[in-house]
Amino acid sequence: MNAIAQQFKDQATRMTRDLHHRELIQTALGKYAVKRDEKIALFQDWQGARQRASEIKWNAVNHLDEYLVEFTKKLEARGTVVHWAGTAAQARGIITGIVKEKKARLVIKSKSMTSEEIHLNEALEKEGVEVVESDLGEFIVQLRHEAPYHIVFPAMHLTRGDISELFSRELKSAPTDSPEELTIIARRVLRQKYVKADVGITGANFAIAETGMISITENEGNARLTAALPRVMITLIGLEKVLPKLEDLALFLPMLATVGAAQAISGYNTLYGGPRQEGEADGPEEFHVVLLDNQRVAFLADAEQRDALHCIRCGACLNVCPVYRNVGGHAYGTTYCGPIGAVITPHLRGLKDWKHLSYASSLCGACTEGCPVKINLHHHLLQTRRNSGSENPVWWQKIAFKLFAPVANVRFFWAMATRLGRVGQRFHPLVKGTRLDPARAWTKTRETPKLAPQSFKEWWRQRK
Amino acid sequence: MSERENILARIREALVIPAPKPVLKDKAVAEPLEDGYAAFLPAAGNTFEAQQKQFKLNAVDLKADFHLLEDASEAAVTLAKIRDSEGWKKIATHRGALTLAVCDALGLAPLIVDDTFDKNALETCDAGITECDALVAQTGSVLVTSRSAGGRALSVLPPHHIVLARRDQMVPDLPAAFALVKRKYGADFPSMISFITGPSRTGDIERILVLGAHGPKKLTILCY
Repeated sequence: MNAIAQQFKDQATRMTRDLHHRELIQTALGKYAVKRDEKIALFQDWQGARQRASEIKWNAVNHLDEYLVEFTKKLEARGTVVHWAGTAAQARGIITGIVKEKKARLVIKSKSMTSEEIHLNEALEKEGVEVVESDLGEFIVQLRHEAPYHIVFPAMHLTRGDISELFSRELKSAPTDSPEELTIIARRVLRQKYVKADVGITGANFAIAETGMISITENEGNARLTAALPRVMITLIGLEKVLPKLEDLALFLPMLATVGAAQAISGYNTLYGGPRQEGEADGPEEFHVVLLDNQRVAFLADAEQRDALHCIRCGACLNVCPVYRNVGGHAYGTTYCGPIGAVITPHLRGLKDWKHLSYASSLCGACTEGCPVKINLHHHLLQTRRNSGSENPVWWQKIAFKLFAPVANVRFFWAMATRLGRVGQRFHPLVKGTRLDPARAWTKTRETPKLAPQSFKEWWRQRK
Repeated sequence: MSERENILARIREALVIPAPKPVLKDKAVAEPLEDGYAAFLPAAGNTFEAQQKQFKLNAVDLKADFHLLEDASEAAVTLAKIRDSEGWKKIATHRGALTLAVCDALGLAPLIVDDTFDKNALETCDAGITECDALVAQTGSVLVTSRSAGGRALSVLPPHHIVLARRDQMVPDLPAAFALVKRKYGADFPSMISFITGPSRTGDIERILVLGAHGPKKLTILCY
């Protein structure tokens, strides 16, 4: 087992036994399904909406070249500078280049998982630039020098007590257990940063090809301020996030809010199509859009799993995943966690190192059912297992399956095996849970299910 | 070859193998995709009466204040009440038919953002008063743009955002709102188009709702 997989296993084992941690996840996600279903019930045809959304995304992703050309042409026509970044390093280079050219000392950021993916903050800090996350959850995890715990709720794993302690240590504020007061403390600190920042960096949820705009969904208004106050605005966006038409948002915005946060629609849904235009009161003098590939195009070549690029990063599959809800977001050790992370990380960061995530699933299919764009997530996990098996076969697994196949295929052998199993089971308690136990991986933490005293076939024969 | 050409070429190469189309009941939907999303979305009223009721219900849910008023003078009276109860000292607005009439009646010399303004000064204002492009009954959203509502910061920096809307600006749903944006601005779109739904909010601390995270703590909509 490679080091990354071992680390995941250790972390996951530790987290599942941490009852306090599980309680926190329960607080955060316990009511999710009920609240989400209330909002889904408002739709006249939710399943129809999912189907249409998946068709729109299919169309966009399968004509990505055409839509990207349209998107960037429209953006450039209104004074936006478009940059194409093949790799994470290129994207970091482009953004630090702009920041240095503007002699910026302070950068304010709104939430962007894509910037986490390319480790942008570290790159900017290395250049001596102060980077401040403005989304409250991101601000909190940044103060803790942590990665976001969830793609939508970054500080989901912390109590107000943890946050109060953090704020009094880092911001010298008075301790409080009121979420309102904690929010006001952060607001006050960040307001000062906003007014001083030279550059604002945002992510984006959608890129609209037809009109050349990016669309940002948020609740706090921090992205609105990031796009309003600094004189330079930079948006980093994965190049798969294109939607063909402006009105497609009429479908996607309420769907994103419904499954993402159990809201009918998010607080601010904002489109930006350029820097400040003639006759407008304010806005940045410069607007840069950085389109990021970073293995997305290579991923596109896998037609079987291409639909995973339809993902709108709503986090719905994390919220319902029994594995995520036990091991939590940090155990995954990668930017995108949960079922979607298990599907896309092997493509973005290498199958060999990340195939283990596809086994962290009970294949229950809750993710697929919850996905607003109908990505066939749990089937993709199976395909990833198959792909890694054929690319990097494990010798003992190959032998084991060679032996298993005839046993399972020949009725006589199968009947023999189950009968022997029933006998063997009687002796199992002698070794159960010890190193001699062949089922130790299972019995360490669980009871072994008992084989039935007779098979269905035997019972059927007797019944006659 | 530039990175742009390089990436586009690789995308074209990657797309040579087609991906299976999403199929429902053995039938793929024809391309190009027709719109008509309204039939999927939450139902919206088709008369002004029904729409304003729906908007009001949404506003209550979102903790925004919605007032349906008779005319501009009633709007001025309503605003004067808010001014007194919140003790406004400084307000900001932009030049517009609705805004100027109401602000004159308030008796506070407002900061007008259309001329160059200092963001620090705007930050210290007690309220930002703007017009809008539309009110969306379906979601309780206010549609503003950088052209209709005094740029980007005015509607989000002061702690109280006041929206002045005409009754004929009420639209039933999001598809209608996007159609309106296209009709109104054509090819010359404002640089920012924003749907504001309720005051600024966060749930980042134990998923408990807190209003006024970064943007306005209060949102008041006057429709007349």
